[in-house]
Amino acid sequence: MLAMNFRGPFRVRADHNQPYPEIEHPEDAIVRVLRSCICGSDLHLYHGLVPDTRVGSTFGHEFIGEIVEVGSSIQNVKVGDKVMVPFNIACGKCAFCKQELYGNCHEANSQATAVGGIFGYSHTAGGYNGGQAEYVRVPYADVGPTVIPDWMDLDDAVMLTDVVPTGYQAAQMGGIQPGDTVVVFGAGPVGIMAAKCCWLFGAGRVIVIDQYDYRLEFARDYADAEVYNFKELEDPVVFIKKTTDSLGADVCIDAVGAEAAGDTMNTLLGRKLLLQGGSTTALHWAINSVKKGGIVSIVGVYGPIDALVPIGNVLNKGITIRANQASVKKLLPRLIEHVKNGIIDPKQLITHRIPLEEVAEGYHIMSTKLDNCIKLSSHTAFSIKKKYKFLRN
Amino acid sequence: MTDETNPEDFVNKRGGDYSHIKGWGIDADPKNDPTYPMKKRTDEEIKGYTWERPPQQPVNIEVLKSVERPNITAVFGTAMPPKGLSGAIRRFAFKYSESSYARWMQLVLADRIGVVEGYIDDFSKGYIPNVFVERGWIAEWKYNRKNFILKAALTATVATAGILLLTKGKKKD
Ligand SMILES: [Zn+2]
Ligand SMILES: [Zn+2]
Repeated sequence: MLAMNFRGPFRVRADHNQPYPEIEHPEDAIVRVLRSCICGSDLHLYHGLVPDTRVGSTFGHEFIGEIVEVGSSIQNVKVGDKVMVPFNIACGKCAFCKQELYGNCHEANSQATAVGGIFGYSHTAGGYNGGQAEYVRVPYADVGPTVIPDWMDLDDAVMLTDVVPTGYQAAQMGGIQPGDTVVVFGAGPVGIMAAKCCWLFGAGRVIVIDQYDYRLEFARDYADAEVYNFKELEDPVVFIKKTTDSLGADVCIDAVGAEAAGDTMNTLLGRKLLLQGGSTTALHWAINSVKKGGIVSIVGVYGPIDALVPIGNVLNKGITIRANQASVKKLLPRLIEHVKNGIIDPKQLITHRIPLEEVAEGYHIMSTKLDNCIKLSSHTAFSIKKKYKFLRN
Repeated sequence: MTDETNPEDFVNKRGGDYSHIKGWGIDADPKNDPTYPMKKRTDEEIKGYTWERPPQQPVNIEVLKSVERPNITAVFGTAMPPKGLSGAIRRFAFKYSESSYARWMQLVLADRIGVVEGYIDDFSKGYIPNVFVERGWIAEWKYNRKNFILKAALTATVATAGILLLTKGKKKD
């Protein structure tokens, strides 16, 4: 079958000779992918920043599709169902799943305990092949996959597998109280979505900081945010203090993660030499520009290695830091409601659509921000020529 | 814009009117105070592996396991079992704790060696990877032609210089 195949940093290919996935566990399902996206956090893998990203792996944690085969104990979904598949793989039974911390499941990743199982996200996140393929194995298919309502656009559905819940949770973890000033660092799809969701929690002012004008314009139009390009600011932290009457923002959201630009030392240590879990510039800015007693919410992805974080300021300012991978499954019912009521319109973020065959170009476009790309989706359906081999019954 | 801007320049222009934002405040919850952690479990559940574990996926490939957990998870990924030199390094790396630099640095090293092994694997199957396509340069040609031509010219110059140097060296022998 056709699947994306990672060959090393900055090098991937659309490979027609990848093996079909198989049912390996009674709670597995096989899904024929209808849409998959390339995510900003896929770029961390693409750039070689996440340890144990093995050559030959297939990425893709944002996908939707049709169930074509189920394991013997599957009850909640059936062949033919069109489902959105949360990016986190969760068993639904362990101590953490019971707390609805589906992003922190303890039965999905043998390789590490800090991070749960994630589709197509290196062996550090469990060694699963992802959805940038024609077919994908979905473990614990009774727990994660959620049937796409008839009225929902498939482009909206694919955004509900990561971007929308992650942005929403970023705002939620900020503990926003009505009237609060929120600063979102990063105007990628998640940052833009986070900015949008801040209003739902009653924010009084939403500020977005990024280095690309086209993304800032998008954030302004889509999320009604005030936007600033940090390249035009002498010091983003001083700037935010000044715009908030010298107190700092009530809430800061880091929607950037490991590949933040804007600071030479962090770039060198985190991105070039890989001596820390990524460049932590955005996190520095968030910690330093939040008010005392404020809340910093982190959804940007960092590597497992230590990172230089101004922990002294965290202590002295009495900051609460909240961070997690989104618990997609937990948030979906509410978010589906918001999409239905037109409060969130996720598909607007998709600026590029490509066939899976052009996945290498897709990665390059995302990585170098070509053609004002915000979000790129690949339509596997374009590329399916042969009949599915599992349809044998 | 400079940092000399006055705070007055940033007075909230909305004046508290959010009527044009659909859904404003719809999820506002005054009790959403993140400084108070939630507790959604019983005391029984904090005693370790007391949950009913899903059935074990048959372990018929090599799965590297963190030293910080007692078992292989009920379900695991089977994407790329460790093999070759990179695999040997990965096995060694997994002897260290997740909080250890030694573990992650070795994994990064194994990743780099894996890239070379990937080339060898391709060649051994008679497949010559099209690095131009794999690096997505078709997109560069489509959307950023100027840069594409610049880089291509630079690469050609460096390559030509390299060939000249090599052939020059050969003549001396
Ligand atoms: Zn994602
Ligand atoms: Zn679990």
